Amino acid sequence: MKMAAKTTVLNLTEEEFVHPGNRACSGCGLSILYRIGLKALGRDCIFVVPPSCLTVMQGLFPIAATQMPVLNGTFASTAAIATGVKAAMRRLGRPTQVVAWAGDGGTSDIGIQALSGALERGEDIIYICYDNEAYMNTGVQRSGTTPQGSLTTTTPFSGKSEVGKNLPAIIAAHNPAYLATCSASYPLDFHDKLLKAKQIKGLKYLHVQTPCPPGWGIEEHMTVALGRAAVETGLFDLYEIEDGRMQLTGQSLQQLGNTGLRPVREYLEMQVRFKAFSDEQVAALQAQVDQRWSGYRDRFK
Amino acid sequence: MPDPRFKILTSASTSGPGDAGRTGSWRVERPVIDMSRCIPAKAGKHACHLCWLLCPDNVVSKDLEPEIDLEYCKGCGICAQECPVQAIAMVPDADFIEGAERE
Amino acid sequence: MSKAIIESGNVAAAMAVQLARAEVIAAYPITPQTPVTEKLSELITAGRMDAEYVAVESEHSAMAVCIGAASAGVRAFTATSSNGLLYMSEQLHWAAGARLPIVMCVVNRGIGAPWSVWNDHQDAISQRDAGWIQIFAKDHQEIVDMTLKAFRLAELVHIPVMVNYDGYYLSHTYMPFEPPDAERVDAFLPAYQYKHALSPEHPESLNTVTLPDARLDVQGVKRGGYMDLRHNLHEEMGMAIEVWEEIDRDFQTHFGRGGAPVTDPYRCDDAEVVIVAMGSMANQFRVVVDRLRQDDGIRAGVLALQMYRPFPGAMLARALQSAKHVMVYEKGLSYGSQGALYGDIKSALYPYPSRPQLHNFIVGLGGREIPTESLYQTTKTSCAPDRILPPAQSDVPQWIGLQL
Repeated sequence: MKMAAKTTVLNLTEEEFVHPGNRACSGCGLSILYRIGLKALGRDCIFVVPPSCLTVMQGLFPIAATQMPVLNGTFASTAAIATGVKAAMRRLGRPTQVVAWAGDGGTSDIGIQALSGALERGEDIIYICYDNEAYMNTGVQRSGTTPQGSLTTTTPFSGKSEVGKNLPAIIAAHNPAYLATCSASYPLDFHDKLLKAKQIKGLKYLHVQTPCPPGWGIEEHMTVALGRAAVETGLFDLYEIEDGRMQLTGQSLQQLGNTGLRPVREYLEMQVRFKAFSDEQVAALQAQVDQRWSGYRDRFK
Repeated sequence: MPDPRFKILTSASTSGPGDAGRTGSWRVERPVIDMSRCIPAKAGKHACHLCWLLCPDNVVSKDLEPEIDLEYCKGCGICAQECPVQAIAMVPDADFIEGAERE
Repeated sequence: MSKAIIESGNVAAAMAVQLARAEVIAAYPITPQTPVTEKLSELITAGRMDAEYVAVESEHSAMAVCIGAASAGVRAFTATSSNGLLYMSEQLHWAAGARLPIVMCVVNRGIGAPWSVWNDHQDAISQRDAGWIQIFAKDHQEIVDMTLKAFRLAELVHIPVMVNYDGYYLSHTYMPFEPPDAERVDAFLPAYQYKHALSPEHPESLNTVTLPDARLDVQGVKRGGYMDLRHNLHEEMGMAIEVWEEIDRDFQTHFGRGGAPVTDPYRCDDAEVVIVAMGSMANQFRVVVDRLRQDDGIRAGVLALQMYRPFPGAMLARALQSAKHVMVYEKGLSYGSQGALYGDIKSALYPYPSRPQLHNFIVGLGGREIPTESLYQTTKTSCAPDRILPPAQSDVPQWIGLQL
């Protein structure tokens, strides 16, 4: 596994690619990701974006809140549109990176077929899924990645009864050139994984957990704290898969030696969306996390 | 081949700030930095800058004494929450209206 | 001069795409379109065509790839049929609204359910309001020539073009045609340039959410809202008729063929009975017209409609208003109403003082055989003086060739 570049707050570029005064909600996790992600990607990029909060955040005609070239497309076709743009770049002899940037609904549900096709063809694109764990742009409806027990407007009262899709595992089964999980609360980790992805040929998939204040029922200032709690409780793990090998990274790697992670209850209790979670459900979830991390300790020690 | 008879109007947007207007008006509380506690301000050299890194809206500067663009700051308070030395306080914007008195 | 060759209609289409130097081809197999894409992938793999072939996982993605490539300023092509076209429907509207000059061959086939792999026009008719230019070829030479001209039309007016030709009747039959000379094609068809091509040097966000009302851009210039952009699409699509004629004239100077790009009349000058049809059926009617004139003394003619959208209403009204009978034969309809083309022709004639007796016939759905004898008998019977029907009856489509 290649050594990742280590960017720090101090050497992170001051160049900005997003304008202030955009339409993202106050405290938006995606805004942090997008702003720092663009610093890693640089200007020689073309973005492909399906309907999502990012569509709105990037600006309403005729004003673009982003400074990047963007092709907005239909919901189901993000990876296929990116394929077409990349094919055009090859025809034009340009090294321009093509970056598909979609939400969890656009990736795990309606866009999964086009993404699966692009993965199978090994398209040379970066695909970023910012996973805020529901259809936030339309007002918090359940998506394929909405976790079990989560309240949404289409899983009211008792929360979603089904287990959310493990989307990175679905992607990993396609053997992508590079896969990484990231969190909006660790933007430098995301930044450096993007730097790495830029150097790799083939399909690079980055799955980013992205707290959403209105959707998760948290106060706006808690966005970063929430994402951190998800990682520190072991609920959301930061890792990379390269050449078929999985490796924990960043905070998840650091906490591998800890015997006691923060209890999942801490994370759940910070959010309104888990208000319907019963004690039994919390205990079951904790047992799942403990088992997974016990596996990690055996595997990666 | 461009033909002057055709305007070919498309939704092609060009880059600029303030798509959503002056988003500072969304705010009810504004971040106020106590420079006597702020790490880079106090040390007189670049350090920390977490408020700059984590600002979703690109309104905090990476200066030794960080400045906040109140025209666009939405007042989320992430900077105050994440400041490792609690140098940032969220203060009601109403306090800054001239002539206004708080009860 | 090029020499005539004998090949299938699908191969004719593929040759045109090769000559047009399309650079990105994305397609998904569906009968009877498949041989077009097989031929293109063969040409590319064999190094006889310099292009990217993307074997996508669906028609929706095929059009997505074309949308991506065309938005970046690269010439793109796809082909489909039937349910494949319907699966693309959302993307068709998108490509038109984005003003992308994509060219697509639609090898016309009936739509399921129930499954039918055989020819009719319901696939194209069902997508007539997507904002695409729709043209219909009636023989192999027209497939080649129209496809080449379609690229030039699309790139001039910045509206995508669907080149329709009949499944099996044209796609799988072998007929002689002349492939145009490659150097002359290069002179006829300039390289594609797009002022809004995606580029990091001139970053723009394309197809952004657009408000109902006009809004100032960052320079303070007023830019239209959604309705203004859509009005521009409508207006400029209407202008495509004239441009299509200009392109055809230029094509004639390069290749010596053409002259009837929008409507192709056969023995219509003095005709009292004018048959209107699209696609290969219009050629079949030439035999009917000859026989009606020779055996029955009926002054008949057939007008092949080559361009269905934009609809050349005024041109058709001029051509048809002096006839006594206009008979519209179609392989598709608006269910619960009438033939789509019939409705269009009726509305085109309405503003004019002289209106012929109109007849509407639905034929050949799902590949039901269309015997020339039955076209002859239907036409002859319908224009007999004792068969003039009252409006309430004459305005109802007659289904020809039903077996139940």
